[in-house]
Amino acid sequence: MKVLVSVKRVIDPYVKVRVKSDGSGVETANVKMAMNPFCEIAMEQAVRMKEAGVVSEIVAVSVGTTQSQETLRTAMAMGADRGILVEADADVQPLAVAKVMKAIVEKESPRLVIMGKQAIDDDSNQSGQMLAALLGWAQVAFASKIEINGDNADCTREIDGGLEKIAAKLPAVVTADLRLNEPRYVTLPNIMKAKKKPLETIKPDALGVDVAPRLTTLKVEEPAKRGAGVKVADVAELVAKLKNEAKVL
Amino acid sequence: MSVLLIAEHDGKQLKPGTANAIAAAGAMGDDLTVLVVGHQCGEAAQAAAKVAGVKKVLHCDAPHYAGSAAENLAALIVPLADKYTHVVAPATGFGKNFMPRVAALLDVQQISDISAVQSPDTFVRPIYAGNALATVQSKDKIKVVTVRATGFDPAGEAASAAPVETLAPVPDAGLSKFNGQELTKSARPELTAARVIVSGGRGMGNAENFKILEALADKLGAAVGASRAAVDSGFVPNDYQVGQTGKIVAPDLYVAVGISGAIQHLAGMKDSKVIVAINKDPEAPIFAIAN
Repeated sequence: MKVLVSVKRVIDPYVKVRVKSDGSGVETANVKMAMNPFCEIAMEQAVRMKEAGVVSEIVAVSVGTTQSQETLRTAMAMGADRGILVEADADVQPLAVAKVMKAIVEKESPRLVIMGKQAIDDDSNQSGQMLAALLGWAQVAFASKIEINGDNADCTREIDGGLEKIAAKLPAVVTADLRLNEPRYVTLPNIMKAKKKPLETIKPDALGVDVAPRLTTLKVEEPAKRGAGVKVADVAELVAKLKNEAKVL
Repeated sequence: MSVLLIAEHDGKQLKPGTANAIAAAGAMGDDLTVLVVGHQCGEAAQAAAKVAGVKKVLHCDAPHYAGSAAENLAALIVPLADKYTHVVAPATGFGKNFMPRVAALLDVQQISDISAVQSPDTFVRPIYAGNALATVQSKDKIKVVTVRATGFDPAGEAASAAPVETLAPVPDAGLSKFNGQELTKSARPELTAARVIVSGGRGMGNAENFKILEALADKLGAAVGASRAAVDSGFVPNDYQVGQTGKIVAPDLYVAVGISGAIQHLAGMKDSKVIVAINKDPEAPIFAIAN
């Protein structure tokens, strides 16, 4: 079974983001970048399924700027067999990503697409569900367990009240939540090997997809800061403050 | 402006978050229709009719809507959407699951997790775990929007109930089979609706120590939350998680015990009215936002 995994290049999750002074966006120049953590989990899942003999080939896809090649190399160091970069400007919105992914799915014919549930930059949480919709496929969003049984993907997904079990008909799109697995660290020999794996670059035009943004960002600003807090000496003082000053107890 | 809002409910009542989304929808347009879809959810439809601002309720009942499968919800909502300028749902696990599917089928770029409405086509939404706020404008014909509950006060009760109409179900898409839910049972209030939350992190050490927090929560009538570290360590179930990709909460009082305050956690609770942090590390980032 062939699996497609999407990977996005984002600002490293441990970097404190700074809003640009002109309000046009956040500062990305000279900022450490990394693979979106949920994409790492999606990638790890595909690799584990390959190691278990369920998956025969893993194709990693990234939609983004030329620098996204690095992210694809990381995916290949984790275990993807090859990479496809759909080269576009920075602001490719989820609907456009889903359309690009649909075009790649039609070219590659995978039985399963695994994506991260959310990118930690724009926090949209849309692309996977949108891709499933455009393909008319079943979707499993926020998966914490995936098991392939014949023509079904038996999945557990995280919902607000706990967990839910669904059997999705293949082909399907699954989006990875935090508890699906713990991604591996890439090793130096695997990084070296990844350099030799094939990486194809395509433009959205060649796929017949219009990636022009639909949403216009009017401004980006910093949220209001909270005032400084106080430290209390003991529990009695804390309770007194909460009761009398904050009036929340 | 006419708005279609998809209500989240448990069959009998609306879930917390829906009343907030109704309030947000009121800022987009005043002709508000609420869709209550599920299995045996007549009572919830009646409850929706009694929320202020609701002009009409559509009630759609069928066994294949029991698990709120995204495939089936989207198939029902998409043909309805043409009559509206906005399609709105709460940005909860429920709304996040099917709304992008609706948006894609309408060829619309969804606006996720809005925290303010500036005009019927312009919205504010947090990005980068709430470290920045983006104001975005949509040019799409229909605006598909999910609402962050903490950004809006819940809509109140209406003086008189709105009419409830029955809507015929769309046949089961048959793409996925619902095999049940394992819900965490608790007598405590729901995290997203609680007035007080007691939350624990890795610093709690183990699941046994978490019981101390649970006892405290019961004394205060509070809900229990957790950081990702506590959930990953297996101290508590996944649905306790507060943070960027977990639950977003804004209670009157948030007590963070043994939580250092990673930006991903702060993203889920920094709009709380009063934050109390208990930590042995005086340099912990949680103290930067605590009262």
